[in-house]
Amino acid sequence: MSEEKRLMKGNEAIGEAAVRAGCRAYFGYPITPQNELTAYMAKHMLDKKRTFIQAESETAAINMVFGAAATGARSMTSSSSPGISLKQEGISYACGADLPMVIVNIARSGPGLGGISPGQADYFQSTRGGGHGDYFHLVLAPKSVQEAADLTYKAFELADKWRMPVMILADGLIGQMMEGVVLPPAIDPESLPRKPWGVGHQADTHRANNHVSSINLVPVELEALVRARFKRYEEIKKTEVDFEEVNCEKADLILVGYGTSSRVALGALEMAKAQGIELGLFRPISLWPFPEKRIAELAAKGKKFLAVEMSMGQMVEDVRLAANGKGEVHFYGRCGGVIPSEEEVLAEAKRLLGK
Amino acid sequence: MELVNGHPKSLKSVQTKYCPGCGHGVIHRLVCEVIDELGAQERSVIMNPVGCSIWADLYFDFDSVQAPHGRTPAAATGVKRMLPDHLVICYQGDGDLAAIGTAEIIHAANRGEKFTGIFVNNAIYGMTGGQMAPTTLVGQKATTAPYGRDPVDAGMGFPIQVCELLATLSGTKYLARGAVNNAANVRKTKQYIKKAFEAQLRGEGFGLVEILSPCPTNWQMKPGESVEWLEQNMMPFYKLGEIKNTLEEASK
Ligand SMILES: Cc1ncc(C[n+]2csc(CCOP(=O)(O)OP(=O)(O)O)c2C)c(N)n1
Ligand code: SF4
Ligand SMILES: [Mg+2]
Repeated sequence: MSEEKRLMKGNEAIGEAAVRAGCRAYFGYPITPQNELTAYMAKHMLDKKRTFIQAESETAAINMVFGAAATGARSMTSSSSPGISLKQEGISYACGADLPMVIVNIARSGPGLGGISPGQADYFQSTRGGGHGDYFHLVLAPKSVQEAADLTYKAFELADKWRMPVMILADGLIGQMMEGVVLPPAIDPESLPRKPWGVGHQADTHRANNHVSSINLVPVELEALVRARFKRYEEIKKTEVDFEEVNCEKADLILVGYGTSSRVALGALEMAKAQGIELGLFRPISLWPFPEKRIAELAAKGKKFLAVEMSMGQMVEDVRLAANGKGEVHFYGRCGGVIPSEEEVLAEAKRLLGK
Repeated sequence: MELVNGHPKSLKSVQTKYCPGCGHGVIHRLVCEVIDELGAQERSVIMNPVGCSIWADLYFDFDSVQAPHGRTPAAATGVKRMLPDHLVICYQGDGDLAAIGTAEIIHAANRGEKFTGIFVNNAIYGMTGGQMAPTTLVGQKATTAPYGRDPVDAGMGFPIQVCELLATLSGTKYLARGAVNNAANVRKTKQYIKKAFEAQLRGEGFGLVEILSPCPTNWQMKPGESVEWLEQNMMPFYKLGEIKNTLEEASK
């Protein structure tokens, strides 16, 4: 039975999707522009007799998630840019201990305290392993309230499947705006299988001890662990790449953008069409793994790219790496919380096309 | 059942990496004896700290979780909330608990989290080689306090009495300070640990047992001297006994 469409804020839709994904524990700390998400979880997790704690800091919150995840429970935290910086220590440890968890970043503009307006300048931090050490984790970027709900729901599954943190990287606009959303079916957390590696319930099976840890002081052993993880990353690159494209075969110039920027780019594409100009749109949905293969294919066909971002140019580096000199890669961005307009993007595209 | 002789079941019979005269080994044993007495081996989780007892999972024969330095009480919160009928032990050194992890311990205690802190106070950073800890005594030397701890002028602050600090919080139910300097105190410390664990299993929290523990290596003393030093210097400042006991059992 399909659900009715509801009008919801992005932050609330993410919260509801997490509840429905069987999230047993949420830990958060207030920060704009994601406060509705924490408040939503407070109400709905407590109503369902699940765990909600307003932590003393983002550092504490991610480590509470670490503990809950160590027992195998689906668990989550959310924050915005400055708070995500504080979580990086915990994310590095979670990657080192192979713990599934969901982390939502409703990004604002930085650096430092920056502003509370939407930003996309956390791309490097999110996709490069923002803490110390050799690691990556999945990063998914929704463009709408519907997709924010769908990707959050999926994030819990991917986290369990690959035993790693999954980050939802949205921006303040996606978090704050209201759109219609059809919500996924509710999973009862009790119905989820117990994870064989999780701590607790040893008495049930008398199994060997489980240790959730990222430490190993023997260099060759640690190297083997890291290499095994990187093998897993290669598998993820084969199966979890996600993107959307519009008119990429026909157009010579392809706009590349994720999240809010992709909506602006789509607007520019439609304006261009009305003027008889063909533009393409390539929208990465998985930022890690980045859809590098498809970009390489398009580059090999001689396409030009214009990366559109709400930053000084971060994702554009992945486009350049993927194009690998085969296709020209250009950049247009606004930062500081300014959202580029469709007109600005179209003007830049026309300039590049010599029109 | 009280173990009078022999090796606790919950403690693996392997030689530890601890230095001769170190208190950690004795404390591990006390924790395990109590777990055995409570029959809780298979429903216990030890939270390993970042400090000399970082390898606690080599010795404790049950599940373990290793969180970042000082974040142990936050991670223990997550574990205990998901496993409310388990015995969750948050084992921490003084650097871990009272410096980098001050916020985490205070707020876990204030929330009345139902796990037990085992707080090993050796007045020094053991693992990293003898730097000043928040519990280092005034005048005590450390590699980062070469002329002795000078609280104000050198900006080193005063030693922190953790039990007394936590006692002001409504969330704390049981706070005791023991020592492992002699057999009598070892026995008393074990009783404190037992009270705290029993309270946790009854669903009462927050409890913490601080244990004064020698670190002969970084105090640069022989094991025997380190026990004397602990008695003469630490015990007058860090008073032994139950600092706070508002457990329901206590009021009966
Ligand atoms: C974030 C971070 N900072 C510093 C360290 C280095 N470090 C490891 S153990 C330790 C101090 C441990 O002292 P204490 O908690 O008193 O434990 P002890 O070794 O004395 O038992 C430090 C500073 C670390 N591992 N992580
Ligand atoms: S350095 Fe100190 S605390 Fe660490 S094992 Fe040796 S005696 Fe124990
Ligand atoms: Mg110490």
